Order: sequence, then C-alpha cells, then structure tokens
Amino acid sequence: MRRQLAIMRQSLFDQGYLDEQFIELEELQDDANPNFVEEVVTLYFRDSARLILNIQQALERKPFDFNKLDGYMHQFKGSSSSIGANKVKAESTLFREYCRSANAEGCLRAFQQLKKEYATLRKKLEAYFQLARQTGPLETASRPK
Amino acid sequence: MVLGNDASSSSLSNKNLSVLVVDDDPLIRMLHDNYLKHFGLKPLVVENGKEAVDLFQLGTSFDLILMDKEMPIMNGVEATKALRDMGATSMIVGVTSRGSPSEMQAFMEAGLDFCFEKPLTFDMIDFILKELNVNDDDDTNN
Repeated sequence: MRRQLAIMRQSLFDQGYLDEQFIELEELQDDANPNFVEEVVTLYFRDSARLILNIQQALERKPFDFNKLDGYMHQFKGSSSSIGANKVKAESTLFREYCRSANAEGCLRAFQQLKKEYATLRKKLEAYFQLARQTGPLETASRPK
Repeated sequence: MVLGNDASSSSLSNKNLSVLVVDDDPLIRMLHDNYLKHFGLKPLVVENGKEAVDLFQLGTSFDLILMDKEMPIMNGVEATKALRDMGATSMIVGVTSRGSPSEMQAFMEAGLDFCFEKPLTFDMIDFILKELNVNDDDDTNN
C-alpha cells in the first residue's frame, strides 16, 4: 500500500496536477503537525469553493464586470498557487488574461475548464489522502523525478 | 536567485525575533504561520492592514512583518505607508499574488524592504531571516 501511495503521489506531479509548492507543504508536516498537508488542502477546497461560487454568480450578470471577476480570480489563483495546484493555477491565469482583454466568451470557456480541473484535482487528492490515512504518511517529502 | 540555508536561519538564532503576518486569506495565514514556526518563530497573525497599524499604535513592535497587498479595510500599500509614517523600523516584506513588475514596484515604494510573489517558500524565508540577522549584527557593531 505504501508503494501504491508513492505511485499515486508521483503521478500527481507527472500529470501536472501538482507542482513543487506541494512539496513545500509536505516539508512543513512533522510529528507535531502530522496532518498538516491534508488540513491545508481541506481549507483550500473549503475557501476556494466560495470564490468559485462568487465567480459563477458574477458570470450570470450581464454585462460582465471584468474588474470584479479579475479580483475574485486573483484571490483564487493565490490560494491555488499556495498548495501547488498547478493546472488550476494555469487555468486561473488564462481566465485573468481574458478578463484583462474583456473577452467574455474566453472567460466563460476558461471558467468551465477551470472547474473541470478543480473537480479532478479534488477527487484525486481526496483519494490520495484517504489512502495516506490507511497507510500512514510517506516518510520523506521527495522532489518529483 | 539561488538561496541556501545556513546557521543564520537556524531555530536558535531566530527565537527572539518578533514576527507579524498580515493577510486576509485564512489559508495563507495558516501557511505562513507554519512556515515561520518551522524556523523557530512564533508569529502573531492578523487579517488586514488596519489591525497591523492598530497594534503598532498600541506600542507593539515587530522585527519582521509579512504584508499581503490586497486586503479589505486597509490594504498592504496603505498599511505599509502608515507604519512607515508612524516611524516603524520593522523589516516589512510584501507578499503578493500580483506579480507584474509595476505592481510590485508600487508596493515597494510604499516602504517595503523586499517584495515576493506568492507563494512563500523556504528559500524566501531563509533569505529574509538572513537579512534580518545581518541587520541585527550591523546594529550591534555600530
């Protein structure tokens, strides 16, 4: 099971879902804080869900307030970067570019893709932490190969 | 920039440093708090620039302030300017999601010592603490 956990973890990096910032979180986890990574990720999904809802609601109001949308996405991108959510961060960047060029269609497309990546990441990390709880954490935080 | 670890960022030399984290994002507050604890520090954490300014007005001083830029009530630019105007000599380090050079420059001009793009990393904190300890050594020698 430990090997399965390690393979699962590695694939999250290999497939671009996570970047090196996630490893920084793992390095903060210790005996005093044994569930730190899962706690941070849980907090991220809790808080970011609110932001996604705000963006969704803002996209239902016409015409788009691109400044407001950019502001929400700025916050979302910051949080996503902080947990190493690589693909989600990339979609956030694209969304913000569309906001800055006042491209409504682009914003809508980018937001749909962002929600997909966000949901996928959530599923994968939930599965990862579920297995980690059964297995016990991997001993060292290792850089992706 | 490649930054390395050395004794100046060890837990022992940092334990007397007072640190304030200013950020409206609970996730960032939690992260920065833990990063700093990893270096042997015990930061105080507040949610916006006004709380930081209020603390200073009450006579609380800090060696290091990590200041977010975008915050409600009082943002990082306003808070940094206010702190400097009140005579704060803390090292104030901006940490912001907005990474364009012009935005970081504007934040720097408010009175920051350094400005980093989020997310904070071990290397960045190590760099900051080395700078802080170097400044302390200079003050002692003068």
